[in-house]
Amino acid sequence: MTGGAILEVRDLHVSLPGGRRSAPVPVVRGVSLTLRAGEVLGIVGESGAGKTMTALSLLGLTPPGAVVRGSVRLLGTELVGLPVRELAQQRGRRIAMVFQDPLTAFTPVRRVGDQIGEALRIHQRPRPTRESALRRAVGLLESVGVPEPDRAARAYPHELSGGLRQRAMIAMAVANRPDVIVADEPTSALDVTVQAQVLDALAVARKATGAALLLVSHDLGVIAGAADRVAVMYAGRIVESAPVDDLFSRPRMPYTLGLIGSVPRLDDVGTLTPVPGTPPAPGTAPPGCSFAPRCPIADAHCEEAEPPLARVSGTTAVAVPGAGDRHLAACFHTGTTARHTAQELFPPAVPGERSGGPVAGSKPGAGAAKAAIAGAKATAPGLRPGADHVLRITGLTKSYPLPRRSGLRLRRRPAEALHAVERADLHVRRGETVALVGESGAGKSTTLSEVIAFAAPEAGRIEILGHDTAHLRRADVRGLRGRVQLVLQDPMAALDPRMTVGAIIAEPLLAQRTDKARAAARTPELLRQVGLDPSAAGRYPHEFSGGQRQRIAFARALAVEPELLLLDEPVSALDVSVQAGILELLRRLKRELGPACLFVTHDLAVVRQIADRLVVMYGGRTIESGGVTEVFTRPRHPYTKALLSAVPLPDPRAERARERIILPGDPPRAGGGTAGCLFRARCPVYQTAAPEARALCERETPIPAGRSADDPHVAACHFPYPDGKAPLRHRPASKGQL
Amino acid sequence: MTPGLRGLARSPRAVAGAVLIVALFLLAFVGPHLTSWSHTDVDYTALRSAPSTRHWFGTSRIGQDVFAQTVRGLQKSLLIGLFVALFSTGLAAAVGTCAGYFGGWTDRLLMFLVDLLLVIPGFLVLVVVAPALRDAGWMAFVGLLAALGWMLTARAVRAMTLSLKERPYVVAARHMGVRPFLIIRRHVVPHMASFLITHATIAVAGAVISETGLSYFGFGVQPPDVSLGTLIADSTDVALTYPWMFFFPTGLLLCFVLAVNLVGEALRDALDPVAVRAEVRA
Repeated sequence: MTGGAILEVRDLHVSLPGGRRSAPVPVVRGVSLTLRAGEVLGIVGESGAGKTMTALSLLGLTPPGAVVRGSVRLLGTELVGLPVRELAQQRGRRIAMVFQDPLTAFTPVRRVGDQIGEALRIHQRPRPTRESALRRAVGLLESVGVPEPDRAARAYPHELSGGLRQRAMIAMAVANRPDVIVADEPTSALDVTVQAQVLDALAVARKATGAALLLVSHDLGVIAGAADRVAVMYAGRIVESAPVDDLFSRPRMPYTLGLIGSVPRLDDVGTLTPVPGTPPAPGTAPPGCSFAPRCPIADAHCEEAEPPLARVSGTTAVAVPGAGDRHLAACFHTGTTARHTAQELFPPAVPGERSGGPVAGSKPGAGAAKAAIAGAKATAPGLRPGADHVLRITGLTKSYPLPRRSGLRLRRRPAEALHAVERADLHVRRGETVALVGESGAGKSTTLSEVIAFAAPEAGRIEILGHDTAHLRRADVRGLRGRVQLVLQDPMAALDPRMTVGAIIAEPLLAQRTDKARAAARTPELLRQVGLDPSAAGRYPHEFSGGQRQRIAFARALAVEPELLLLDEPVSALDVSVQAGILELLRRLKRELGPACLFVTHDLAVVRQIADRLVVMYGGRTIESGGVTEVFTRPRHPYTKALLSAVPLPDPRAERARERIILPGDPPRAGGGTAGCLFRARCPVYQTAAPEARALCERETPIPAGRSADDPHVAACHFPYPDGKAPLRHRPASKGQL
Repeated sequence: MTPGLRGLARSPRAVAGAVLIVALFLLAFVGPHLTSWSHTDVDYTALRSAPSTRHWFGTSRIGQDVFAQTVRGLQKSLLIGLFVALFSTGLAAAVGTCAGYFGGWTDRLLMFLVDLLLVIPGFLVLVVVAPALRDAGWMAFVGLLAALGWMLTARAVRAMTLSLKERPYVVAARHMGVRPFLIIRRHVVPHMASFLITHATIAVAGAVISETGLSYFGFGVQPPDVSLGTLIADSTDVALTYPWMFFFPTGLLLCFVLAVNLVGEALRDALDPVAVRAEVRA
């Protein structure tokens, strides 16, 4: 269905103004791409690669002061340098944008329907009336799958959930049937089940209008599923571009190879290949190939000359003549890359980011890596026999009083409460890694903060290392703090910027009244253990990249040899190639030191790589738990099954074959003490169940139960899937409750 | 040196202010040794004499050397200003961080105290209490001025603490079992250092003005000691007939306050907004 070129970008350069006295910073350096009618072109890359700036410059939306050079031709019209008024004529009518954050992209003070209608009224001639534009807006909302489109059109942006807002954004983008839709990370801020809905809506809208789509994303899974062709960006340039199957199966640029190898996969526990070092900050790219400092096969030539984006010889995909279908790569060594696998080029045994040098990545020395591993002695006591619990949570409940509605009220109503966590159960055995997963608002973080508070919970019971938190004395709390450590999500914020790395790592030791000399002696050892150079101790956190900072955070947490490590989304703020290194580190630390871990995350693919057991939360309740392989291969709760099916796979073939269950609606913000199953509003089993079975779901809150009494795989569902295939339609699993 | 401070070194206003302040301090502490007269000496041969080589700034009505008196007064005023700024900023930091960090009843009690002191007219308190402190010396006077000038800063410090204590590294330290006062000292106060430095600088000027004002009305520094305030008070009625008695102390006072304000404003420009941004980006 692809036709002629609609959008042609030639040698696009974008520079952002530097500081007051510094030169402009080049963020896009010579991007050329072609988008043909009806085609989906994916642009993928890590943060700072210039993806977003490329997308924005196509619509002339670059920030003030940015300098754009090159050519962007949309159906023969040159957009670069076009006067603002004429550019506005093109925007919305011929090229439209879907932004990452629809809350800020909509005007907060006007109704969504009016805003979509406005887009129509601006471009359509004769100008539609306000009423007819609004009617069309409702129709558009309906076409992208917004339930109750009338209501959504009358709502203000903040009244809609993220998924609905994003779909409204898509409706607005396609309102004037543009030829090109540019979507910049349209699903990055959304939960995985909502992401599935939005990608679906985007596909529907695209089919209906026949528009070409430029999809910008950092998520290789999303790209693999949606794109026809993919362009990989690195340091402001396109380094490889190919049809999606070719790119994923036969990458020719070492960076692409490493990037694909570093993505954790839901369907496979493999060795991840961290790409050493970090991308160069904009404006600091080396003279030669910008990937050369991190590249395992780079030679002197690579460091001198920048390889042009050239056609790769020996590809099979030469179906249609034209620039688009060729496999292009900007590398001198495409042949070498083709002969190696990601594991061969990026051996994960080398700690991902070595030597706490300045942020610009230096090539890791293999000798130093060996020394680092040898130096990292296993200092923690081995696993003690017996499966005693380091953490056991039963029936945990936590609610927050809702703020009273403003306005004059004569009668006092009782304060309403938001049940963030409701009767949650969870336990972690010694040496075990348990993943706590769920979408936003599922109560994961609240559960974690209840654990770390070391205080009596509102209801239920928390036992940490055998101590009930309801009966802790001050001295016990201090002792426990030394045995339980926390690693936070954002490594940028979790380290005090005014302290040296050495002081940061020594802090928990000193808090446990270790004397200063011993704490200082342990610092180099800890730094080596997490794959950093001991000389890092004298430097400040801002001198390190995100991945290195997370390593420092790990070193700090491990300093006191904790028995329980609480990890709050420790890799979600990192780029995928860096994330792979941290996951490898975590695996190694677990092997060497053996702490029990409670790993809170929303990323199921990461869970697959790292966890032994899995606990799924939904609306503040724990709805399924069991061994990772067990739950991933045979999910019993319909929600778990849908959740697993919503995760995109970074493999076009598997992605096309994947069974998708697209759940309607949004995850609940919190349970709220209601009776019955919280999931029933979105549940595919409930939708098709018989009336008397539905009555059970509505009346009774399901209790977690296994197939047999001692089955560790439990699901809180009246009608769980027996073996992951067909649901038990009419027979409740929990007996004696009908 | 942070980028903010480097920018400060390039700002002409800041440099001019700093040079002026250093010069005034030099004058205040080296000046007394440059002349053979002390501030109490009386030269009966030269009453009300205009500036000359013998008496650089002239003499007062009873033959005291105005230069010796002025540098002595400047010294006293500067010391009082410095100490008041130091004490009040320290007190503000302590009360503000504790109120903000601990919250609850600590917060309520401390903020009640702040509100209470804010509604009491400070000048009135000084006028009432100063005579009682007449014998206790100038340090008691410093304490009094500091005790009446910390409340607004404390409120600002509390507000900053409220946001700082939610920073992940503070949360992490709390979970590691670091003691609260250590967290305040290690993780909270350093992050508002720029704010405190700026405030202290500006407070010096304020304190010098307050001291001068009180001394002018006779409540501050007591004779035979002198401060800029007493010198100005003694000479106002003859400002036009014997201008050297009035204009030298007044001029120095103006110079000092102007210089401190120049430096203080440059500090605020350099440290407050830029420092935060530089930290995030660097």
